[in-house]
Amino acid sequence: MSERLLLTGNHAAAYGAMLARAEVISAYPITPQTMIVELLSELTASGRLAAKFITVESEHSAMAACVGASAAGARAYTATSGQGLALMHEMLHWAVGARLPIVLTNVSRAMAPGWSIWSDQTDIISQRDVGWMMLFAESVQEAQDFIIWMYRVAEQVFLPGMVAMDAFILSHTAEPIIVHDQDAVDAYLPGFEPLYDLDPTQPRAYGGLVNRDHYFELRYKIFESMERAGRLLIEAGDEFAEILGRRYSPVEGYMLDDAEIVIVSAGAMTSNVRQADKDLRDRGMKAGLMRLVAFRPFPVAEVRRLLAGRRKVAVLDRNMSPGHSGVFAQEIRSALAGQSGAPPVYGYVVGLGGRDVRVETVTEVVDDLMARDVPELALFVDVKGLPIGPVRPDSTINRLGPLEVAR
Amino acid sequence: MIELRIHGRGGQGAVVASKTLAHAAFLTGRYVQSYPDYGVERRGAPVVAFARIAEPGDDFFVRQDIREPHHILVLDATLLDSASPLAGLRAGGFVVVNTPDPPEQLGIGTCFQVATVDASGIALRHGLGSAAQPVVNTSILGAFVRVTQIVSLVDLLAAIELEVPAKARENQAAAREAHDQAVVGAPA
Repeated sequence: MSERLLLTGNHAAAYGAMLARAEVISAYPITPQTMIVELLSELTASGRLAAKFITVESEHSAMAACVGASAAGARAYTATSGQGLALMHEMLHWAVGARLPIVLTNVSRAMAPGWSIWSDQTDIISQRDVGWMMLFAESVQEAQDFIIWMYRVAEQVFLPGMVAMDAFILSHTAEPIIVHDQDAVDAYLPGFEPLYDLDPTQPRAYGGLVNRDHYFELRYKIFESMERAGRLLIEAGDEFAEILGRRYSPVEGYMLDDAEIVIVSAGAMTSNVRQADKDLRDRGMKAGLMRLVAFRPFPVAEVRRLLAGRRKVAVLDRNMSPGHSGVFAQEIRSALAGQSGAPPVYGYVVGLGGRDVRVETVTEVVDDLMARDVPELALFVDVKGLPIGPVRPDSTINRLGPLEVAR
Repeated sequence: MIELRIHGRGGQGAVVASKTLAHAAFLTGRYVQSYPDYGVERRGAPVVAFARIAEPGDDFFVRQDIREPHHILVLDATLLDSASPLAGLRAGGFVVVNTPDPPEQLGIGTCFQVATVDASGIALRHGLGSAAQPVVNTSILGAFVRVTQIVSLVDLLAAIELEVPAKARENQAAAREAHDQAVVGAPA
């Protein structure tokens, strides 16, 4: 029987791993993720979840343990956040190269220093090019469900996947969710069938040296599998609806059909964009939302289809790449480049380090968007004492004195 | 939608108070949201927690700080020495304060409705926490639901059973006693 429970995002993620019947969990505690692995540790200790819980001394080791477990044929899960994900970086590459469908939850938090435990997408965005699939949850329900959805795709393409949920805004917020029926989840997600068995009677070496005449093809196949994952995310999202009653897709539109102005958003702040769209519609503006649920694989075709012909697009980034712009905005511009009917894309950087992205923040962004005629790469929103706008490089540069050139 | 803010100090149970109250409303079928505004937690440091309770049938929420709550709970009266606990409270909203003093002595003014209860004394009588740090969350919730009627005492007691399974009976008895002893000031 499915149950309706009041759960935090962290506990929902633990339920997601339990419903997915994770067999090996290895993790190192880090705020604001710790509640996930605390609950999984309890569920494992009590026997409610038949899994091996491996405690380790760092996130690097946690991912190494997941790599070993997955290679041995176990469904492996971990959870981390911020600095922990950064410390995992080398082993994240290993999971991809070894083609291991590990799933992790990243409670997205700002990178230090300055030390911050609050919501920010920089940690996960910094892992963009590793080859993990990436989904962004908007609700506590999705913090649970996306783990299950992700395993179903990961184990078909033999690539790992991570689910991002916003620090505190989702991880520590309790709201009602449906905890699915175990038999239904089992029907959706059968047991993991590894590509190869580790068998002591038939010893093999893994991860050895690959000469110049083979490495390129290994990478090509990773790219190819990621392309396939895009289609499978759609298919598995539809199957989720058939069996578990909720439909998921890599991109979601809201009030989008006739929208002239589109706001692009990912993660928990998207809920406030929905309310802002309602408020803007009340003011007579045709505003809509395009939510990026999947970031890797990037839903290029859907983005092109959904944004073609719009008057203006504002992308909200809770991250930024210093020296360029917000990363979601970069990806949207890249997908639209050279397309007929491509709208102008304005990048807005918001909410770094958990600064409140409010409904009125979004409507202020749209007011700013309407007042501009030329797209800007990165417009900063809610910096103390400054109106929405680009950075002002001359104001803070520490100039050196003139060069004295010896002749 | 009703929005609430709870002010306490680390160790008093403000976060659990938010979750328990939300759970009580959830048990009646309403959509709820409960969340803390964590700093890096320390005992005695100011803590804030929030709750949203939807109207029956509504299931849509925003995800942002509550700046204009309908009601406020104050688990430690010394927090009132700074202005912030009452910031943004809507006119006519309830301020429910843990203090043995009557509402009129708090000097909160006439824009709000004030109620008081000696939650610390009640908590200690039921063995909740220590004299240095009584755990007052369930007591003040008993007073809060009586004056605001947001949920019934019966629903609150059921939620306490689920959210505070250790010493559930003692917490329920404290909530019931505070429910009966809350003193409501003159109407705003």
